[in-house]
Amino acid sequence: MFESLQNGLKSALKTLQGKARLTESNMREGLKLVEQSLLEADVGLDVVRDFMGRVTEKAVGEKVLLALDPTQQVVGIVRDELITLLGGPAEPTIKLKAGLNIFMLCGLQGSGKTTTCGKLSTLLMKSKQSVMLCAADLQRPAAIEQLHIIGKQLGVPVFSKPGEQDPVKVCQEAVEEAKKKDVTVLILDTAGRLAIDEELMAQLKRIDNRVEPDQVFLVVDGMTGQDAVRSAGAFNDALELDGLIMTKLDGDTRGGALLSVRQVTGVPIKFIGTGEHLDALEPFRPEGMAGRILGLGDVLGLVDVV
Amino acid sequence: KKTTDLLNTDIRDLFKKEGRLVDDEMLDSLYSILVKTDMGVGPAGRIRDRVKTDFRGRVVHLTDVIASVKSELRELVAQPLQPITYAAEGPTVVLVVGVNGSGKTTSIAKLTSYFRQQGKSVVLGAGDTFRAAACEQLTIWAERLGANIVKGEAGGDPAAVAHRAVATAIAEKADVCIIDTAGRLQTQTNLMQQLEKIHRVIGKQIPEAPHEVILVLDATAGQNAISQAQGFSTAAHCTGIVLAKLDGSAKGGVVIPIREKFSIPVKFVGLGEKATDLAIFDSDQFVDALFEMDGK
Ligand SMILES: Nc1nc2c(ncn2[C@@H]2O[C@H](COP(=O)(O)OP(=O)(O)OP(=O)(O)O)[C@@H](O)[C@H]2O)c(=O)[nH]1
Ligand SMILES: Nc1nc2c(ncn2[C@@H]2O[C@H](COP(=O)(O)OP(=O)(O)OP(=O)(O)O)[C@@H](O)[C@H]2O)c(=O)[nH]1
Ligand SMILES: [Mg+2]
Ligand SMILES: [Mg+2]
Repeated sequence: MFESLQNGLKSALKTLQGKARLTESNMREGLKLVEQSLLEADVGLDVVRDFMGRVTEKAVGEKVLLALDPTQQVVGIVRDELITLLGGPAEPTIKLKAGLNIFMLCGLQGSGKTTTCGKLSTLLMKSKQSVMLCAADLQRPAAIEQLHIIGKQLGVPVFSKPGEQDPVKVCQEAVEEAKKKDVTVLILDTAGRLAIDEELMAQLKRIDNRVEPDQVFLVVDGMTGQDAVRSAGAFNDALELDGLIMTKLDGDTRGGALLSVRQVTGVPIKFIGTGEHLDALEPFRPEGMAGRILGLGDVLGLVDVV
Repeated sequence: KKTTDLLNTDIRDLFKKEGRLVDDEMLDSLYSILVKTDMGVGPAGRIRDRVKTDFRGRVVHLTDVIASVKSELRELVAQPLQPITYAAEGPTVVLVVGVNGSGKTTSIAKLTSYFRQQGKSVVLGAGDTFRAAACEQLTIWAERLGANIVKGEAGGDPAAVAHRAVATAIAEKADVCIIDTAGRLQTQTNLMQQLEKIHRVIGKQIPEAPHEVILVLDATAGQNAISQAQGFSTAAHCTGIVLAKLDGSAKGGVVIPIREKFSIPVKFVGLGEKATDLAIFDSDQFVDALFEMDGK
């Protein structure tokens, strides 16, 4: 895949050689290939179109650099714009206030919320925080049990209330319990839900209003396709998200949905999940992600001079 | 400011007009509709180009153009009527595989409910010994649905659980045996080899088994699903797909290139989190849904 885009770009951008400046027409073939590659990486179509518009605007009129292969020059411009849109150089990870901090994780079914609760605990415990988990998924069979097992593996207390039907109450009681125990970070594990499920989205809003979490994270599956635009938009409309976490990036998915989600919500990307184990969480690095989404692999290392 | 509003360009206007010239703008709108289903740039581009060749310069209704595209897609994804191939005698063994969180365990609950409704007895094998509470999750479903369940220890060998489940199904003369497996990414060589082993172990007990190997795909998945179909077919010889989570707004269009490339049929779709939220794949409905416009 890396090879084919590079070779394609090389031949598409051959016409640039000997030209003084980049124009829309001498870049057209090359940019079309970049557009296709972004779509193959699952970046939302409208986001791709918007992105290609920006890139063209940036590039037109630039001098063709004699010192560089035209492919590298154009890729450099594309990559820089992609990094800008993904959120620039690494965001500071998580800011904590004094006293109790409440985090809430939300997202579609199976995106990785419960596992990510465990991963965040691992991270926070490393910086000496006192963490507690709250089992607010009263829906999925054995969801509470799953969180308890994760809590036990990490030595983190888990608050749950068997028999309770209302997740708002569970969360409220967990907050009381956390205050009593001088917990510094309480993480709420909510049930997976579809963005179009009005009832469950209203329930999530109720938790948000009554419990007032300090940080709300959207957990997005790294293999998501075009629908990411719509579902992330709906979660952000309902909750005002504070951060994004993309999971399952340990496989061969290019994770282009991350660009869509970032564009639609405008919220910073905090972490990426890279495995099932509870330490497989990494801070987000836009440079690496840009290369991955573009499908250009290592060639990116070479274009830093641009 | 919410960018969602800006991003969802409304293309319904194109359908209202009294027929229009097939020009670049119209072809691009068609392409957009297709790409947004997740069918991928390859199939979407081919369909657009064919429409261009067939209709270029003519005045047509986009609805007519889409009707012709639809009928072709319907043919491509049409299914044989029998969704499950049953064993001639003895238990029918169904192995269920897929990436993490795609909906395997819930789909097993749904299949169990489907078999139970036909009066068939079911033995479940809790072959996910890895994920926290995976066994507990399947146990709850087994209790709710009146199925027998064979469990292993947390962290134990999944092939051993599969072996015991099949043995139990044979001994109890059960009609169906469904084996759950842990979610895994198709790039994880060791875990894919573990699936091959599970497959082999089952085959040693009943030569034709597993009679079905179901790949559960998440309908929200994008182009990576093609790699999933490739990886899981190679390791586990998939015989069919369950397209889970089709009750959301995602179209699941990626099954189109998957059908083209690997000809694995889509057997069922998952339409919710309950055991009864399963439907036999209806290619006409599926193709119609691909072209339902944004915001509905
Ligand atoms: N390979 C990989 N698997 C992951 C990652 N994060 C989570 N998973 C797996 O994805 C599956 C689903 O994870 P969960 O944490 O249960 O997801 P969830 O969002 O809580 O699911 P629901 O509560 O059912 O909505 C599990 O098999 C996890 O082990 C990751 O970064 N990489
Ligand atoms: N809306 C909807 N949710 C579904 C559907 N199928 C499964 N789910 C949900 O998706 C989540 C993951 O489902 P599981 O069945 O646990 O997925 P899995 O593939 O077994 O996950 P792992 O074993 O962790 O790899 C759960 O919250 C399910 O309730 C469906 O068709 N529609
Ligand atoms: Mg969960
Ligand atoms: Mg499972």
